[in-house]
Amino acid sequence: MSRDSYVTRWGLIGGLGMSFTGAIGMINSFDERILINPILSMGYLTLFGLPAVVGYVAAKGEVNILEEPVHDIADGALKGAGTGLIAGVAVALFVLFTNTFDVTDFFPNMRQTMVDVMTLHLDLVIGLITLIVLSAAGGAVGGLIYGLDDKARGGVRRATLWVIVFALFELVVTDIIDIEVITDLIYARGGGLQTWSALIIGGLAWWLGERYQGKVSEFTAMARESEQGSRLRWSLIGVAALGIVVLPMLVGGIVNELLINVALFVLMGLGLNIVIGLAGLLDLGYVAFFAVGAYGMAVLTSPLSPAFSPELNWWVALPVVMVLAAIAGLLVGTPVIGMRGDYLAIVTLGFGEIVRLLLLSDWLTPFFGGAQGMTRIPGIAIGPWTISGTSPELFIYMTALFVGIAAYISHRAQDSRVGRAWAAMREDEDVAEAIGISTVQAKLLAFVSGAVIASFAGALFSAKVGTVFTNSFDVVVSLIILVVVIVGGMGSIRGVAIGALVLIGVLGGPKSQGLLTEFAEFKLLIYGAILVYMMLKRPEGLLPSVRRSRELHLEEAEQDAWLQKKGDSSEDEEVEATT
Amino acid sequence: MPLLQIDKLAKQFGGVKALDGVDFHIDEGEIVSVIGPNGAGKTSFFNVISGMFAPDSGSIVFDGDHVAGHLPNEITKRGIARTFQNVRLFPNLTVLENVMVGQHCRTSQGLFGTIFQTKAQKAEEQLIEDNAKEILSFFGTRLTGYRHDQPAFALSYANRRRLEIARAMATEPRLLLLDEPTAGMNPKETIELTQLIEKLRSERGLTVVLIEHDMKVVRDVSDRVVVLDHGVKLTEGDYDSVSTNEAVIEAYLGRPTTEASS
Repeated sequence: MSRDSYVTRWGLIGGLGMSFTGAIGMINSFDERILINPILSMGYLTLFGLPAVVGYVAAKGEVNILEEPVHDIADGALKGAGTGLIAGVAVALFVLFTNTFDVTDFFPNMRQTMVDVMTLHLDLVIGLITLIVLSAAGGAVGGLIYGLDDKARGGVRRATLWVIVFALFELVVTDIIDIEVITDLIYARGGGLQTWSALIIGGLAWWLGERYQGKVSEFTAMARESEQGSRLRWSLIGVAALGIVVLPMLVGGIVNELLINVALFVLMGLGLNIVIGLAGLLDLGYVAFFAVGAYGMAVLTSPLSPAFSPELNWWVALPVVMVLAAIAGLLVGTPVIGMRGDYLAIVTLGFGEIVRLLLLSDWLTPFFGGAQGMTRIPGIAIGPWTISGTSPELFIYMTALFVGIAAYISHRAQDSRVGRAWAAMREDEDVAEAIGISTVQAKLLAFVSGAVIASFAGALFSAKVGTVFTNSFDVVVSLIILVVVIVGGMGSIRGVAIGALVLIGVLGGPKSQGLLTEFAEFKLLIYGAILVYMMLKRPEGLLPSVRRSRELHLEEAEQDAWLQKKGDSSEDEEVEATT
Repeated sequence: MPLLQIDKLAKQFGGVKALDGVDFHIDEGEIVSVIGPNGAGKTSFFNVISGMFAPDSGSIVFDGDHVAGHLPNEITKRGIARTFQNVRLFPNLTVLENVMVGQHCRTSQGLFGTIFQTKAQKAEEQLIEDNAKEILSFFGTRLTGYRHDQPAFALSYANRRRLEIARAMATEPRLLLLDEPTAGMNPKETIELTQLIEKLRSERGLTVVLIEHDMKVVRDVSDRVVVLDHGVKLTEGDYDSVSTNEAVIEAYLGRPTTEASS
């Protein structure tokens, strides 16, 4: 394909993307969030970020691994500008269309306020021209960035990233610094970075990154490889643990609340990771075990439990809940022993819904409250204190404790006899059985351990919220946990943590808001987009386990192996000669 | 009493009689080759013995116990291990892990020991690793050293076959079923593997049944040869008597071209 057709194609894609974000109301609702005061709102970042992205892609053109990529500033900028121009014209036509015809019946967001925002609150004609010019400029910047040499490109990338991080995480940063004089220097009163503080942050990121870039990778390599590394690694873990202890003290209630949500999803992600990532069993009804944990805890501790109310202490009830979850794991696991892949996924999906519907049914309403749910679930008693959702600063430590336990279990299980049996089963179930692994046992063990970890999350959740309703155990929760695991990296503990931080922390969970409340409306859309992108470009996840990335890049690896083979066979000759 | 005694074994897939009343026995320490044309039922024979398919009728007695219809993992635990015609390793596990996983049925530590890092668990892990390394060293320098940590898919074809045998050895079997162990190997590698099979018996005390197409290998290693055709045992005996048997020549070996053309 010629490079010019790239410009046209990506230009149109960009225009379509810009129009789409406008039509769904994203630009408008994002416009309310100021990133850099007063020049850039999140809406405009989205609107003009898109042409920059397509400009970059068009300048890159077709990737040919045999040729050294060409980085030429003028060429890149020109192609980018062309792409941006096409995108701009396309989106201008869209705005004009919206301005002329009334389609609010079908697209409620395509109305005058959208036109106003997209024409930058100027007169229509001037606004449209500005839109096109800015779009072309955005494209040119994108293309230009591609044209830069590696060092400069890295700098630009870092600077942009850090400015955006500081702008988006205003709440966290102000919470942590918490001294008004300093935060006022960084952020404007009405929200958003000060223009010059944005410049300083960008500049610092550029400069510091360039200075210490090599050092970081050197350091991590050392931590991984050398003898000295094991001490280093422990100190890193220590630092991380210290961070977990200190961070909740620094940030306010809202962020802590959010961190608890993240931690609960990390916990469930770790459990699901055992089932899917380690044992390779695609379980889409995982939320059922979360429900067992939450409802089990509610029945055992709440004074208002309708049928049976022992009003136990949380800690006394916990082992009982674990046993219940283990039984639930067996109940789900046993009938699906003989199933594989897609069939297993469908059946478990059904099980997940069955649990929710049973809880809602007339039959079980006398026991679990049905649609009324269960209320007045006490918090977690530690000595004279009770920790519940009203004190998120303390509750976060409880969740962190259980995340630690789950992470430790997964970590140990990975490289053990059980973990190897799971891995073998994931790779080839028939052969695993033929070399003496009881796949029945291995599968049930995976289901049960996953279920018990999910029940931790459920038990914590009910103690935190104080109430449980069936709508917290919707099938979408299962799917979101799955997305967390996939995006983070299947089979990787760090991956699950990162996945939950990014998805639940930043975007928000199925029932909770993330750091970016503006995303709430578009959460599932963005989830979908991320999932599609990850599947296409990085199927092994953000922080993959070594083994998984091997699996998913098998073809490349096989090619490498083929290339290596000549070396191998000559080596065999050598061995032959010496023996 | 033979180590493995099979009587009137039958297995049907739809209308195809893969095995039609096969009798077979092997004594401890014997090496027996199973030969026959493609589709004769050789691999089905292995699949039924190793428990991957339950037989329709007939009995399989291993070391005095009836094992027909048992699950593959139970049969492996009793002491029958196998390899596959189309090498089936765990490609993304490392070489060492592939062998370590073979020790599964000879070890017992569960999740509890793993989580609490009990002494028994640590000792067992160490034992598994040592055993695996020792088994790999059986193949000379081919699968040792840096190769331990290579993923199995990175191995050359011949090494994959060796690794599969190593994995089967890790289950500590008494009877080893090798399905075309030399397929796809060059002549040099074939000779080496022939010696290896002999070594399996002399050094490891294993009893071996192998399916093999390479008649040189069959001649060199077998104490006895069994010929299958259309699910029926055509004949058995030592190599010389089988290779000159009219029926075997007709069904499988074929005549030298000069004779055939005349």
